[in-house]
Amino acid sequence: MRRRLEEVGFRTLMLMALLSVVGALMLLIMVVAINGARALNWEMVSQVPTGGYYLAGGGGVLNAITGSLALAVTATVVAILFALPVALFLQSDYGGRTRFAVVVRTYLDLLWGIPPIVYGAFGFTLMLYMGLRASLLGGVIALTFVELPIMARAMEEVLRTIPRALKEASYALGATRWETMRWVVLRQAMPGLVTAVLLAFGQGIGNAAAVLFTAGYTDNLPRSLFEPVASLPLAVFFQLGTPFPEVQERAYASALILLVIVLVISIKSRLLGRLLSKHNVLD
Amino acid sequence: MPHVAVRDLSVTYEGKIGFKSTTVEIPDACITAVIGPSGCGKSTFLRCLNRLIDNTPGARVQGEVLIDGTNIYDPGTDLSALRKKLGLLSQRPQVLPMSIYDNVAYGPRIHGTRRRAELDDIVRKQLEVAGLWEEVHDRLHQPARQLSLGQQQRLCLARGLAVEPEVLLCDEPTASLDPVSSGHVEERLIELKSEYTIVLVTHMLRQAHRLADYVLFMYMGELVEEGPADELFSNPRDERTRDYVAGTIS
Ligand SMILES: Nc1ncnc2c1ncn2[C@@H]1O[C@H](COP(=O)(O)OP(=O)(O)O)[C@@H](O)[C@H]1O
Ligand SMILES: [Mg+2]
Repeated sequence: MRRRLEEVGFRTLMLMALLSVVGALMLLIMVVAINGARALNWEMVSQVPTGGYYLAGGGGVLNAITGSLALAVTATVVAILFALPVALFLQSDYGGRTRFAVVVRTYLDLLWGIPPIVYGAFGFTLMLYMGLRASLLGGVIALTFVELPIMARAMEEVLRTIPRALKEASYALGATRWETMRWVVLRQAMPGLVTAVLLAFGQGIGNAAAVLFTAGYTDNLPRSLFEPVASLPLAVFFQLGTPFPEVQERAYASALILLVIVLVISIKSRLLGRLLSKHNVLD
Repeated sequence: MPHVAVRDLSVTYEGKIGFKSTTVEIPDACITAVIGPSGCGKSTFLRCLNRLIDNTPGARVQGEVLIDGTNIYDPGTDLSALRKKLGLLSQRPQVLPMSIYDNVAYGPRIHGTRRRAELDDIVRKQLEVAGLWEEVHDRLHQPARQLSLGQQQRLCLARGLAVEPEVLLCDEPTASLDPVSSGHVEERLIELKSEYTIVLVTHMLRQAHRLADYVLFMYMGELVEEGPADELFSNPRDERTRDYVAGTIS
């Protein structure tokens, strides 16, 4: 009887937690969708702002959409190039059991906890030093810093779940560590690695603080690495800050666009991850 | 000089004994069974022979393992070349996350075989030797994980044979299989023993009876007795061997 009660009690608890999480998320999406729906139209996603856009004039946020994609996609690609080797190094096959690895792990955890605005300020200082002005390049650098620790740590946790016996099967055939990582571990870990990348990408594309000083803002489409770019989070921020209800609605519409972008990209990459891992052993 | 000889070899795990100093030669072209109760050091012993033990945290190896006369614990040993010589069949079949074909071709590819026709030949030949070709020839490019456990273990055998080893190390290769699949694997080992030096770790006495030509009996980290199978089973010298063979200790 007591065990049955425990079982029911715990099930109820899980269900309640699940409902609150899903409920809160639904609520958020609904608020954004309802407030943004009226302003969302083809012009919104296909045009750059006109002169009077922020006074409720015509135009759209294509500048911010393309800017955000340019910023976050580039930063994510750069972050992968650094995060993957770091995560691999943290495996026990390489440096994972050394004291240095412990330091690196702690350091990444620390970086993870730093507020993005600090990366923005850091990036800004770095740019002043290098003589850069607010630009796509500056934004990419700051966002890479935001994404790196999340991605590296998430990847490490994923790689850590690969059974030692599976790696040993490869070693036993005479494969080197690199060959084993490349052909066995990465393949097996692919779905998890995709999740790690998405997690970081989501952080990157949604981040306003890191790009505020570093990428700047512009009403133009991104043209070069050395010119400012717009971004959706800042578009939301600026539009919400105007006194015009029509422009505020566009802020919600921009937020909705951001959500849809994240959603589409995450579904696409998950499908890709599944395709790449059709040979995976052990489910 | 046999392919495998061990001199004063011992292993500790952070001070705890894996097995005590052991000197033994493994006879070629037959099946040597390493028997003994769980935890007596059989797997540890086997993992020393291809230096997989290097990957185990805390393990410390002392002594020498001579493979074809060279001590593999000498600095500068080419691990890849060493492991190519010693195939491994583990307790649970560990197929790689790729197709059946690629599992077998994995080893040869790593060691430099690139030509498709050559790989096709190797894959076919080794799958036949492992007794799996009939069952899988029409789905070579499907994921290996779709095979049954017994088929997976034979795939692992084919994969190991594909790099042309001289020695096969088998660590309780039938422990996770059903009786029919175990039977298949045992048949393969008997067929292969004329060409390979086979070290078979098992805690199943009956399997040792069926397969072994030579037997090492380990007990609590110690090599207690060794000898030709019929001799050791019918006329054990050590009391512990006698008890174990009779089934009074396990
Ligand atoms: N990775 C390890 N770390 C610490 N101790 C180990 C490890 N592997 C094995 N041992 C210990 O070494 C002894 C021999 O183990 P093992 O070689 O696995 O025995 P067997 O294969 O005969 O069952 C046991 O006492 C076991 O607890
Ligand atoms: Mg064992």
